[in-house]
Parts: sequence; structure tokens; C-alpha cells
Amino acid sequence: MDNPVQNYKLKTVGINLYYGDFHALRDISMEILECSITAIIGPSGCGKSSLLRTFNRMNDLIPNARIEGEAYIGNQPIYGSDSDAVQIRKKIGMVFQKPNLFPTSIYNNIAIGPKSQGIKNKGDLDGIVEKSLRQVALFDDLKDRLSEPGLSLSSEQQQRLCIARALAIEPEAILMDESCSALDPVSTLMIEDLMKKLAENYAIIIVTHNMEQAVRVSDMAAFMMIGDDRAGMLVEYSNTEDMFSNPKDERTEGYITGRFG
Amino acid sequence: MNKDTISKMVFFILALSSISALALITGFIFIQGLPLFFKVGFANIVFGTKWAPSQGSFGIFPMIVGSVCVTLGATLLGVPIGVCCSIFLVEYCPASLSNLFRPAIQLLAGIPSVVYGFWGLLFIVPFIRNNLGGPGLSMLAGSMILGIMILPTIISISEVSLKDLPRQYKEGALALGMTHWQAIYSVLLPAARSGITAAIVLGIGRAIGETMAVIMVLGNAVALPESILDPIRTLTTNIGIEMGYATGDHQQALFATGIVLFVIIMILNSFAQYIARRK
Repeated sequence: MDNPVQNYKLKTVGINLYYGDFHALRDISMEILECSITAIIGPSGCGKSSLLRTFNRMNDLIPNARIEGEAYIGNQPIYGSDSDAVQIRKKIGMVFQKPNLFPTSIYNNIAIGPKSQGIKNKGDLDGIVEKSLRQVALFDDLKDRLSEPGLSLSSEQQQRLCIARALAIEPEAILMDESCSALDPVSTLMIEDLMKKLAENYAIIIVTHNMEQAVRVSDMAAFMMIGDDRAGMLVEYSNTEDMFSNPKDERTEGYITGRFG
Repeated sequence: MNKDTISKMVFFILALSSISALALITGFIFIQGLPLFFKVGFANIVFGTKWAPSQGSFGIFPMIVGSVCVTLGATLLGVPIGVCCSIFLVEYCPASLSNLFRPAIQLLAGIPSVVYGFWGLLFIVPFIRNNLGGPGLSMLAGSMILGIMILPTIISISEVSLKDLPRQYKEGALALGMTHWQAIYSVLLPAARSGITAAIVLGIGRAIGETMAVIMVLGNAVALPESILDPIRTLTTNIGIEMGYATGDHQQALFATGIVLFVIIMILNSFAQYIARRK
């Protein structure tokens, strides 16, 4: 990397997140590289999902949630007084733990995002649907079934369709919150292949409980833990290979060798 | 017989008695009303426009039109208000306010219909007479009263169907960069469509069956209405007004009116159940 400072896509600077009185994230600063997969790992309840959701302001939905510090997408502040959660979310796609297709047709599930951004032309929408489905390698399977309900598909196909739906709004980064945890091992490997392909063009952050998965797909890994005061904190953040072969922090070593968590 | 069998029998008999009440009433209405259909002719009753029981004319078509028109008017007024109210309660209303709203709406359901009618007679009827013309006793007055009376049904059932949607729908919609309203309009409302439709159909069923409140404000003239300011008579008010003195064929004609009403409400309720089950 010639100039690593210029190379990040997402960044947090001194993020503190509170749910009411509960301090959920403590002073987290990290930079997410462009065109890479960053895995957030750590024991249950350490704030992995909370951290992931600070990037697209999904924590805004929780009453009493309060955030300090700043996060950026490119150079644009995510929480600054000028920034608008809706605009931020258009730039950051999100895929959830379980496939959460809307109860409508395959076509509408993908077209609904672009439509909400004002694209009305049928030809344009058709093009977006086809492109998004091709990106997740579903187009050839589904091209004659676009009017069927999305919920008629297998879980793996549904999750692919959720990824396609997120890609249809042309995001700059993708967040995946344990997106393979509801899938069987074969489907998981297929989604992982898709992630690697997408990482050629997007910054991807995944939250995962599955350390093999982190090793298999991620370029960078962030290990989080619950601090003594119950707040989630970032213990170690480095190249995935380095972290798993030569962890710098003994707590990281303890976790990845399975001694706790 | 052991105790379990006995208690099972007791519950079975009590359950049976509630069903048999339905069977008795239904049977009675049909036994009393059906002979007139054969005597006078189905078409002469259902499509006849002349209601003169003393002269042997039993046309209830004006009442069928009256019921349909008043109910349609109530739906036009009540459905937009009710559905918007349920959206507000689920999506926008802070908890403190909804704790005030919800009991108030339940209270609306608890007001006796005669009180609705009395209020309509004293306020809505003069208001229409003074501002819009006509006798005041009119289809419009009935529609307004019924539009209010069906609100609790529509609001509570739509509210439940919106509230029961998986949280993931809303999260998924917002994560796509939709505004709150876009998420409601393009994801949540379509997803709750079957519940909201059922709410509307049940509201319609409530409106078409209401009697007391509308007797007091409709004017009850047996004629095909030409404007919303004309007085009209519905199927229910036809029975309510004349049951006191009707005998013989006249009385049977009122039961025949009841049969028509019964069939309409049965169709509406089955439709509501069908929609609510089809997810």
C-alpha cells in the first residue's frame, strides 16, 4: 500500500455508544479498507453488531441510543449535524442475520430500493434487477420466475437475493451481520465465494461468530471484547493472517485458540 | 364416570348451547321469512321498489340500496381516518401518547349506539340542514355517524396487523435508504394488507348491521335516494321501525328483510376470514 491513509472507505474516530445508561461501545477507532473484507469477531454481547450498525446509523432506531465520536464514509461524516441517516444508508448496503425479504415478488424485492430513490422507468428498473441478480449469480436461475414471491426460494437463495437487493441501490460499502449463521455449511461456502467476488469492488464488513469463516474470507480482522465495565472495546485490529498466526494481545490469543468466549 | 369426563361434558354442553342459540335464531328467521319469498316471488321482494305491506307490495330494493349507500359513505369516511390512525399509533406515536389514545378508542367502541344516534340527531342533523340544505335527516348524517362507529374496529384490527409485522421488514426497508414514510408505504402497508383488508370488511359488516343509531338520523323514507341529503331507509331500520305493529305477511316480510341482511353479513364475514387467513 503506497498511501494507506487515502485507502480507507469507512472510518470511526473515538466512537462511544450508549443505550440509556448502558455503555455499549468504548472509544472505538478503526479504518476499513476499500475493496476488502473486514471481519469483526469476539464473544457474544461484546458489541460487534452495535459497531456494525454505527456505520449505517441503524442504532438510531433504538430509543435512548446515544453516540459520541464520529464515523466517516470516505470523507463524509456519518453523524455530523449536516448528515442525514437516509442519505448515509443509501451509500451503505446491509445484509442481516436471517434473510429478510419483503413479502412480495422477487422482482419487487430488488426494484423497491431504486424505486424509493425515484427511478420509475420500467426499462431502467429491469436493467437494475438483472444487473443485481447477475452480481449474486441468481439471474440465470430466476430470470423466468421474477414474479414469484421471494419467500418461495431456499434460505441460501433468499440471502443472495437480500445481497442483490442491497447492491441494487449502488452502495459504496456493504455490512453483513452474521449473514451466514442461518445457512447450512454448503450454502455458507457459496455465500463466502460471493463475498470474495464482491470485495473486488466494495468495502465489506462482516460480523461473524465463526472464526473459520473469518480466516477463510477476511483480509482484516478486528477482535472485540467486553471490558471490565461491560462496555465493548476493540482489542486488536490487524491483518487476518497476522492475527490468527501471531496475535499480539494475549486476550486475542485466548479467544482464537478457544480458551474463552 | 370420572371427574374429567364430567367436566368435559359440562363444557361441551355449555359450548353447544352458544352454537345452538345461533342455530335457533337462524332457523327461526328462515322459517318465518322464506315462505313469503315463495308466495310473492324472490324478484318481487329483492328487486321490487314498492314497499306497501298493507297492499301486498313487499319490495325492499330501496332498503338494499339504502344499506349499501350508507355503508359506502361510512366506509369512505371511516377507512382513511381509521387506517391513518392505526399507522400513527404504531409508527409515529410516542408511547406516552398512545397509552392515552388506545383506551380512548376502546371507549369509542363502548358508547351505546342510541347515544350516537341521539348525538347525531341533535348536532349532525341540524348542522346538515342549516349548512347543506334538505331535511337534515339523511344518508349523509347516517354515513357520518356510522363512519365514527366503525373506527374502533378498523383501528384496533389494523393496528394489530401492523404491529405483528416482523421487525426485520422495517429494518430492511430503512437499511435500503428509505425514509420512514417510504418504509411504511411501500413495505409495511403492503405486508399488512390482508389484516387491514379484514379490518375494513369487518368495519363494513358492523356498519351494515347497525340499527338504532341510524334509525334516529336517516329519516327512514322508503324511496330510492337521489342525493346524499335525501332521507333513506336501510334493511335494519326497516325491521326496527315496523316490527312493533307488523302482523301476518307484513311480519314475514320483515323476516325476509332479515334474511337478506343475514346473507349480506355472512358473505362479508366469510370474506374477512378468508382474507385474514390467506397470508
